Amino acid sequence: MAYSEKVIDHYEHPRNVGSFGKEDGAVGTGLVGAPACGDVMKLQIKVSPDGIIEDAKFKTFGCGSAIASSSLVTEWVKGKTLDEAAAIKNTEIAQHLALPPVKIHCSVLAEDAIKAAIADYRKKTRADDEAAE
Amino acid sequence: MTVLSKTKDGKGLARPIYLDYQATTPCDPRVVQAMLPYFTEKFGNPHSRNHVYGWEAEDGVEKAREQVASILGADMKEVIFTSGATESNNLALKGVAHFYKDKKNHVVTCVTEHKCVLDTCRHLEQEGFSVTYLPVGKDGLIDLGQLAEVVTERTAIVSIMAVNNEIGVIQPLAEIGAICRKKGAFFHTDAAQAVGKIPIDVNAMNIDLLSVSGHKFYGPKGVGALYVRRRPRVRLVAMINGGGQERGMRSGTLPTPLCVGLGEACAIAQAEMGVENVRLSALRDRLLGGIRQRLPEVYLNGDLDRRIPGNLNLSFAFVEGEGLMMGVKDLSVSSGSACTSASLEPSYVLRALGVQDEMAHTSLRLGIGRFTTDEEIDYAIDHIVEAVSRLREMSPLWEMHQDGIDIQSIEWAEH
Ligand SMILES: Cc1ncc(COP(=O)(O)O)c(C=O)c1O
Ligand code: FES
Repeated sequence: MAYSEKVIDHYEHPRNVGSFGKEDGAVGTGLVGAPACGDVMKLQIKVSPDGIIEDAKFKTFGCGSAIASSSLVTEWVKGKTLDEAAAIKNTEIAQHLALPPVKIHCSVLAEDAIKAAIADYRKKTRADDEAAE
Repeated sequence: MTVLSKTKDGKGLARPIYLDYQATTPCDPRVVQAMLPYFTEKFGNPHSRNHVYGWEAEDGVEKAREQVASILGADMKEVIFTSGATESNNLALKGVAHFYKDKKNHVVTCVTEHKCVLDTCRHLEQEGFSVTYLPVGKDGLIDLGQLAEVVTERTAIVSIMAVNNEIGVIQPLAEIGAICRKKGAFFHTDAAQAVGKIPIDVNAMNIDLLSVSGHKFYGPKGVGALYVRRRPRVRLVAMINGGGQERGMRSGTLPTPLCVGLGEACAIAQAEMGVENVRLSALRDRLLGGIRQRLPEVYLNGDLDRRIPGNLNLSFAFVEGEGLMMGVKDLSVSSGSACTSASLEPSYVLRALGVQDEMAHTSLRLGIGRFTTDEEIDYAIDHIVEAVSRLREMSPLWEMHQDGIDIQSIEWAEH
């Protein structure tokens, strides 16, 4: 498999590898994929009180394209609102990284990971709101 | 000894270290030397009976036939040249099945065979033959009791590979041969990965047909051989019809230089196998020991003892194989990960051993051979340890494992 320069760059210098504490109320965690399928992504966002994604981190078990896709989206989501981040499409990721057709599912997984992180954050804050009432 | 040459920026190797000896091997320079005259001066058609050009080419081919026969403990009249193990396997299975089809309609093989055997068997099934695919145990070996049960008087041929190409395990050939002989079924073995690596004796092992591939043991690509027993005689329907060469079993002008190269590769292997295996075992132990000493959670796929010395197949838990291959870019290796295959399915061989899919995805096959050096092995150890450690730091599964979470206990959304 020949990789694009962008994939290699993200693979060799992944941005934002790491984890936030899951219990932190400002953190949303998305864990998608399955070990049996050969790809698992964990993507976390840290959201400011006014609803902006301040920081993001990832960890990925997968091929170079999966690592690059998740590294890329952690860069893309920073500074975006939740709705803006939720609008990121896998096709944009695939295009940016010049992924070949067999690697499209890696970008799909990255899109799923953002959506899952946002959903987790929203679920948490809703629970907090309810608890406050 | 050659010193590994670095790239200009000093960050990697100018050319990766070749650790994929089960995929193919370089030609031994001695093999190339032996072949050269047959491209130029001795270019005659080995089947030309009327002049010296033909005779000297024929001499070359017949000497090679003798050399192939010798490493198998066979008679030279029992060896025919083919284009490689794929053709030999096709000819053995289809040839025997078709010849004996009026009396017998059953074939036995095993689930970890090379695709060219499995695909040929599927083909025979479509023609109406019935095929039994024996499972293998965790060690990669078939169960002899089970074999004895499935072979009947309707079984034309049993085809079990000598050495597996992914995990290097050696099937119990003599025991299989004894069962087949007793039951009256022919025993074919795909010995593409075995010739030159383990001692073979077609008579002691009761092997009736055996496939050889030149490029797996330092001979040229595009040539192989099929051993076909004469007593008791095995008969075949030819697949390639024509001038009746190779006793009618495989027509076509023999590629003299390739046959000579195959013969020379056999002669070298026969002379050097003992010493070479000692050296390869030491390299293999050094590689495995070096990795295990510095990395936890590394699992060997397939039996260690009943295995050729030149193969390791390791699962590096929590690190995906294709991602890992990209990380060990100074090594040329292969992986059983799905991501490297067009089908996105993990290796069927590892699956057959009962290796969990998540473990199959983390596997690398490391093949060492005649030209592998100590220096290369030491470089490979450092490189693998570094890449696995880096990728584990990036792996959510490693993190869970460190936190004491059982990966199996999580409900994953499999896609
Ligand atoms: C076990 C086994 N059988 C058959 C083959 C096919 O051999 P060839 O390349 O000579 O057709 C290979 C090589 O890929 C092999 O490893
Ligand atoms: S993670 Fe399997 S192909 Fe990308």
